[in-house]
Amino acid sequence: MKPFDFLQPATIDEALSAWTDGAAWLGGGTNLVDLMKTGAVQPDLVIDITRLPGLNAVEVLPDGTTRIGALVTNADLADHPEITARAPMVAEALLSGASGQLRNAATVAGNILQSPRDAFFAHQEPASDPLASAGSLSVLGAEGTATAVNPSDFCVPLVALDAVVELQGPDGPREIPLAGLHQLPGQGARTALRPGELILALRLPPEAAGFAANARYLKVRDRTSFAFAMASAAAALKIDGGRITAARLALGAVAPKPWRVAEAEEILTGQAPDPELFARAAGAALAGAVEIGGNGWKIDLARRTAARALAMAAAGTPARIPALPASPFGTTAGDHAHA
Amino acid sequence: MSLSITLTLNGATRAVALDDMRVTLLDLLRERLAMPGTKKGCDRGQCGACTVLVNGKRVNSCLTLAATLDGAEITTIEGLAKGEALHPVQEAFIKADGFQCGYCTPGQIMSAVGLIAEGRAGDDPERIREGMSGNICRCAAYHGITRAVQEATRRMAEEQKGDAA
Repeated sequence: MKPFDFLQPATIDEALSAWTDGAAWLGGGTNLVDLMKTGAVQPDLVIDITRLPGLNAVEVLPDGTTRIGALVTNADLADHPEITARAPMVAEALLSGASGQLRNAATVAGNILQSPRDAFFAHQEPASDPLASAGSLSVLGAEGTATAVNPSDFCVPLVALDAVVELQGPDGPREIPLAGLHQLPGQGARTALRPGELILALRLPPEAAGFAANARYLKVRDRTSFAFAMASAAAALKIDGGRITAARLALGAVAPKPWRVAEAEEILTGQAPDPELFARAAGAALAGAVEIGGNGWKIDLARRTAARALAMAAAGTPARIPALPASPFGTTAGDHAHA
Repeated sequence: MSLSITLTLNGATRAVALDDMRVTLLDLLRERLAMPGTKKGCDRGQCGACTVLVNGKRVNSCLTLAATLDGAEITTIEGLAKGEALHPVQEAFIKADGFQCGYCTPGQIMSAVGLIAEGRAGDDPERIREGMSGNICRCAAYHGITRAVQEATRRMAEEQKGDAA
């Protein structure tokens, strides 16, 4: 690891003015320290932001917006009663990611900004065939280029629920939709963050809670726990009088960003929930997918994952998050109903 | 650069002068504070051998920079027993044969202590296996580990009930 200087600012202003070219913000460290060990990231200055005040709360604002501080850990967020009540698929996605130890350290902002796994592979196995990791190459949004998928589970339900990111930077505060945070090849940098900007919070709009009764995250992976997704989907429905009145669908591990699918949502809206409809919506979600490096299986897998997630959402959010969160091998009646 | 931090390690206050910001909590414990009970496996947050409690929460000490820990309270495997009396999780691992070679065991035990405190798994074996998935055992003593965590969970719950009565 390359030597670096270290700062632990006590205020947001102090943190912002400490920023310099070659600096890195340090949250829980589960991604950054790992990448520093491989040499994939080599900061000259590490700025530990975990002591900044006011970034540790989950609160529901008077209008029903849920505001989540940037430093809330993945574990605390997944356990927070407002999250399990208002956005259960966010909790399920968080609990399907990483391990108990990592979730205790990893933060909201760090999770959203975690690096795609190509940085890891590039420095871990420099001589290896770049296509060996084709499973982590994007089939959507990459225009046929070998671009790693965004590895975050958390981002998938967030983008389905129209999350907004609050930023503070040298030029003052601003906010952007989460859907605009990660960028595609050709759009420039990997994220739309400007140098020296900090994420202060995430917001879920009041409408998000309207999906709580029928919302699931489904994640297909090499092993049932502590593995990155090969394909995942966040599906949320509002069902009234036997009809879907509103639908949200986002896919994970298929694109350089969490992949919201408006076409599929349109197909679902106004229809009676049934497997044929879910298959059609899932088909539309993957219609533009392009195989790269022999990963055509990922397209099929993502399509089936999306259809299955929609069926699981239609069956209803389980009262308690399953023992194996987001797993196709779930143990609740709701899971088995559509197995 | 150099930095002085103070932390509480297994109940004792320790002042630490860091001459290199790269030092992880794991290396601090093993190489500089004579606490080698915490083990280095992958050094990348994937195996769990280095699990310790920081402010009561289980974390991978290999991914924790020591410089961040001023004022923190650290508990390692050396800090669990009270004198000769083993912690209930330690006793349960022995009773249930929750290990073979023993290298991953300090991390397994610290992770189990953290998991039980989190209170999400209870004594459901499936939830315990899921909750312990950050700890790899290459001897594959998983069956015994799961039984040990079940056993310790029940015993600690009973003891808590007893204390309250």
